[in-house]
Amino acid sequence: MAALATGGATPSDGATSFQRKVPASSRLAAIAGTRPSVRHGQLLLSSGLPSLDCVLGGGLAVGTLLLIEEDKYGIYSNLLFKYFLAEGIVCGHNLFVASAKEDPADILKELPAPLFDDVHKNQVDEKETAIKSKQESQESMKIAWRYQNLPKMEVSPAASARFGHYYDVSKTVSPELLKSIKWHRFFLPEEMSLHPEIKTCNMTCGYTRLLQSIQRIIYQEGFDGSYPQKKQKNILRIGIQSLGSVLWGDDICCTDNPEDIFSLTKFLYVLRGLLRMSLSACIITVPAHLIQNKAIMERVTNLSDTVVGLESFIGSERETNPLYKDYQGLIHVHQIPRLNSLICDVSGTKDLAFRLKRKQFTIENKKIINIATLINN
Amino acid sequence: MFAELNELLNASPERPEQGKLTLLRDTKTDGSFLVHHFLSFYLKAGCKVCFVALLQSFSHYNIIAQKLKLHKLNVCLWIPSLLGLLPRGFQQFSQGVSLTAAKERGQLVFLEGLKSCFDVFFGEEQHVGQTNPLQFVSKDGSNLKTMYEFVRTSLMASGSDSWKCPVLLVDDLSVLLSLGVRPVDVLDFIHYCRVAVCSQLKGNIVVLVHSNDDSEDEENELVVNSLCHQSNLILWAEGLATGFCKDVHGQLKIIQKGSSELKAEKNLLRIYQYKIQDKNVTFFARGMSAAVL
Repeated sequence: MAALATGGATPSDGATSFQRKVPASSRLAAIAGTRPSVRHGQLLLSSGLPSLDCVLGGGLAVGTLLLIEEDKYGIYSNLLFKYFLAEGIVCGHNLFVASAKEDPADILKELPAPLFDDVHKNQVDEKETAIKSKQESQESMKIAWRYQNLPKMEVSPAASARFGHYYDVSKTVSPELLKSIKWHRFFLPEEMSLHPEIKTCNMTCGYTRLLQSIQRIIYQEGFDGSYPQKKQKNILRIGIQSLGSVLWGDDICCTDNPEDIFSLTKFLYVLRGLLRMSLSACIITVPAHLIQNKAIMERVTNLSDTVVGLESFIGSERETNPLYKDYQGLIHVHQIPRLNSLICDVSGTKDLAFRLKRKQFTIENKKIINIATLINN
Repeated sequence: MFAELNELLNASPERPEQGKLTLLRDTKTDGSFLVHHFLSFYLKAGCKVCFVALLQSFSHYNIIAQKLKLHKLNVCLWIPSLLGLLPRGFQQFSQGVSLTAAKERGQLVFLEGLKSCFDVFFGEEQHVGQTNPLQFVSKDGSNLKTMYEFVRTSLMASGSDSWKCPVLLVDDLSVLLSLGVRPVDVLDFIHYCRVAVCSQLKGNIVVLVHSNDDSEDEENELVVNSLCHQSNLILWAEGLATGFCKDVHGQLKIIQKGSSELKAEKNLLRIYQYKIQDKNVTFFARGMSAAVL
């Protein structure tokens, strides 16, 4: 099924006349940057981190919500947020960036630059290819000598046809790449000053405006299928930063007895409806460690599809623990959705730690780390 | 419909019980497989079903319902029944149901909560009117009256219907608390539904709730405890206390309330473990998982 999904890559040279028949209904593969899940045919997106995709069972399903519980200083959750948006840029998806503290244009300018195959591979495989080519030139084909002079077949898929890319956090994405995609913005201070008061539905004002903005974009750009004649479908990646924080006008992070504890959950419910009826996926970071009322976080978890919590070692006693010396924190996967199926593809390991290097953010099994360190010491 | 669960509950689609409230409860795991079981069970039994689906879309339930297909219950089927040694009743197949077909023939009334909420939130004031079941999201009140009216009108027997007892299925009730409904209003709603569906129409109600032992959500625990006392049958799916396991996905407690309140019969408690597969769920006694034997 994965082979069909690539749309039948035929060899680029004309050596053989055999052409693989492209299936007529390849609509599943029509959208760049997605692949159908093996189990239930659901369209999957990459979250921007190939190791997180593995943990989530292949990727993030279209129409679902990924909720990230922020670590104490918001450093790594912000990084995951940026990886998600950067993946959208590389795949050519549309972006919707919403924030109450940073201007979305600034967020986009700071996204990490993608590492394309040829650049990355060249640096790593240089030595290996040097050795190999020497050997090849000396050997000549003894039996199939007629085929010796034919050019080598190379199928080099474009970088964006791959599922899951790697990013270099020390570099920012090039402005040309940014210009090539279409994106929409929602910056709360701007919205509050632009538009007068609107009907609220008993939700915090900021949330209501955000929902209306998202719904408007989904409807106008046709992500909900309202323009069936539009041939080329695309995905809308929505990113909402630090939802629930004080800057959004919600006080669940400040006090033990907030005035309105239903705003955030109502927002998530309406958002869920919007996501389910459109070709979109959403990432939301929530400062869960600031919410005193744990009941709210339980309800938020029930209303989200995938919930991942980050715990960084900064400032904790684990920072100096030799077991974790190469790692920056732990990842807790609280919930994975079961969509269109009784079961979900979940990896067996539950104790996961993450490590951030310049070109890679990897997630590894904690038990293996512990055993390896014990053996080394 | 899972044939093994039918055996454990001593239930059969040919003779569904009447006037019962069944509570589905899950702790630290996902109990929605029980909802799928009861949905296809009652549709198979020929009952009229009103499904209030608050968390997932219609296509999700439809795809799963179609998957619960031809599944052989008994190994004895291999012996040709032409020999006449085995009674016909030994053979049981459970076939998939198509929710779309059930909707078209009027057997299933599906309330998609996500869509209704969308209409309430983004629709025009005058178009929405007063009849949207999820209307309480926009107004201040936590009044579930419109939802109750929706349930009552959809399950009311019309003249041409030939369906058996009506059934109300709710997935899941804890979401209502997240939307601003007070626990007392949720309990009122269930009470009204019991009067209408269980006593007047002699039907059944099946409700799913989430709960947690160390939960800080007191309102939710209040609703769950109250429903536990009111229900005739409780199916409680729990994650294993020892953590994640590949072969045993959880434990199911079946609590059957004593049928007669006058005689004060004891509640019957049975515990099984289960493993969820793609198209079926297998149940076995504790410690008897296939991986161990």
